Amino acid sequence: MKEVRLMKGNEAIAEGVIRAGCDGYFGYPITPQSEVMEYLFANKTKERTGMIVLQAESEIASIHMVYGGAASGKRVMTSSSSPGISLMQEGISFMAGTELPCLLMNCVRGGPGLGTIQPSQSDYFQAVKGGGHGDYKMIVLAPASVQEMYDFAKLGFELAFKHRIQVMVLSDGAIGQMMEKVELDEQVPRWTDEEIVKLHPWAATGKTPDRKRNIITSLDLNPVKQEIINRNLQKKFKHIEETEVRFEKIMCDDAEYLFVAYGSSSRICQKAVALGRAKGIKVGLLRPITLFPYPTKELAKLAKQVKGMLSVEMSAGQMVEDVRLSVNGAVPVEHYGRLGGIIPAPDEVLNVLEEKFIKEKLLCKTH
Amino acid sequence: MQDTLTNEEICKPENMVYHRTALLTEAPLSYCPGCGHGTAHRLIMEVIEEMKMQANTIGVAPVGCSVLAYDFMDIDMQQAAHGRAPAVATGIKRLYPDKFVFTYQGDGDLAAIGTCETIHACNRGENITIFFVNNGIYGMTGGQMAPTTLPGMKTATSPFGRDVETMGHPLKITELIANLPGTYFVTRQSVHTPANVRKAKKAIEKAIQYQKLNKGLNFVEIVSNCNSGWKMTPLESNKWMEENMFPFYPLGDIKVPK
Amino acid sequence: MATVKGRIVVDTERCKGCQLCAPVCKEGTIAMSKNLNSKGYQFATSINDDCTGCINCALVCPDGAITVYRVKLN
Repeated sequence: MKEVRLMKGNEAIAEGVIRAGCDGYFGYPITPQSEVMEYLFANKTKERTGMIVLQAESEIASIHMVYGGAASGKRVMTSSSSPGISLMQEGISFMAGTELPCLLMNCVRGGPGLGTIQPSQSDYFQAVKGGGHGDYKMIVLAPASVQEMYDFAKLGFELAFKHRIQVMVLSDGAIGQMMEKVELDEQVPRWTDEEIVKLHPWAATGKTPDRKRNIITSLDLNPVKQEIINRNLQKKFKHIEETEVRFEKIMCDDAEYLFVAYGSSSRICQKAVALGRAKGIKVGLLRPITLFPYPTKELAKLAKQVKGMLSVEMSAGQMVEDVRLSVNGAVPVEHYGRLGGIIPAPDEVLNVLEEKFIKEKLLCKTH
Repeated sequence: MQDTLTNEEICKPENMVYHRTALLTEAPLSYCPGCGHGTAHRLIMEVIEEMKMQANTIGVAPVGCSVLAYDFMDIDMQQAAHGRAPAVATGIKRLYPDKFVFTYQGDGDLAAIGTCETIHACNRGENITIFFVNNGIYGMTGGQMAPTTLPGMKTATSPFGRDVETMGHPLKITELIANLPGTYFVTRQSVHTPANVRKAKKAIEKAIQYQKLNKGLNFVEIVSNCNSGWKMTPLESNKWMEENMFPFYPLGDIKVPK
Repeated sequence: MATVKGRIVVDTERCKGCQLCAPVCKEGTIAMSKNLNSKGYQFATSINDDCTGCINCALVCPDGAITVYRVKLN
């Protein structure tokens, strides 16, 4: 039987990376995710697995430490919250340009600016559409439970190395701070330096006589070559879109109306589905687990079945753009969001669905 | 008879007393004629070759004139964002404590945009080596004022000379970091004369050797010229450097291990 | 009579004609060629047989363009 523990989301991802064989964590304290680094230090990772934990002087320094560690083929990560992730965009862009694997966790808080420390989903665009400069994407995983915070540590590293890409776990203050039971896996051993040389022949680990030197750079002053590099990056993103889409469907088989929501909002919507079904409304929920790649095809299929979709996000309406692109006008798509760190209630969300789609339709029929 | 040795008789492999190290690639250096970067590159690579450390070395290139350092150094290298090389090197060294990890940075990179990363890597006593080439100007972007530009010195962004009242004072970052407990060996050298080249090489040897001791960060500043940015011939720029840079940035060891 | 004989061989394509080598040669052996290399630089060249192989020129050459040979005379 698996080991089960009651943990905070932030602690769960910290335990998850230790058990996933992470080699290094470089971070900077910021609410609401400081527990990640605190947990790692308290758990004496150096003694437990040999994992290095370092508190950097800034988020900028921590992401560039990750850049250095990733270039040498190690499993490395950092975590932060919205303003800190903004500071990290430079380093993330450099890792995109050099195709380095790493794990990032954004425990999103409300913005812009310092905003609030309460949960929010207002960093969707930043995470999913690139964030830093240049044409690039990251794989974005959206956990909706403490268990997923734990699970996505291992999954994140697997995807990062499979595709040589940055993987962001897009959490929020609610998922990070709440406590739930977590089933834990066996420890994955850290790679030895010899294994890294074999597994990742691209890594800068010191030039040996049997190979050419490894250079980790995103610079090519020849525009023809740079275009080829960028096109190859796009091919990789396309391949990821075709192979790595993950989502969960709840009560969708006979659904006439659909909530689309990820992370914390999807938990609210799951309850709203139950409330709606109790009232006789055939409503379902599509929960994207990967935000990039987005479950576009699944939404396009559902658009042929349902009468309307409501994208529920704790933002002014960011993911709703991807929902609309997915259904391409086939079905009305509306947005409902709370801002500034407020989590909507299930009945509130259901009321919006009813008002936007069902009551308006009834009014139309009576006139 | 001995006096009339032919070129062929002298230029035999067994008589060779100096040749560019094999750890410099065949790529022609992208630096301006007479620029000290080339000599600094060569010395670092000579020492790594002599110490047989190629397989054990990871270098970090900056943003600036030496952004393409990895084209010229036949070792594994990573190109860092502007100013972030000490953080990148920290990440590498913490995960590979037995490798020799160094950064190669200019004055704009190290002492302006990267001041935070520089000071904190020094203060943490990261076991890395920093080679810092200071020519008092931003070379690659076309000769703008640097943190190290001397008072009154003309640059593209101080066309009438650096006015310290409005543009601030030149930063002696090397003296600053020498005061931090995390630095082990801090020295300032130049590479413009044969004697200075020999001294600089000895300093580079120490800065590489000392990394094995794990006693803290080793830092070698090389005061150099920028004849294009200074708008002088290479020979004039070296003379100007002696007359103007050295009084403000005096050569010699600043912090030596006890 | 000199007890050593030296020669320099300049990689004329690497040389950028910066002239740093000429003044550090105590024997006055180096001057800039009137010919140009493929990049248009006047490259360093040996103008007499007085070279002692002291390597001063090679030490200051930023482009690593100078190879130095030396033989001891009996």
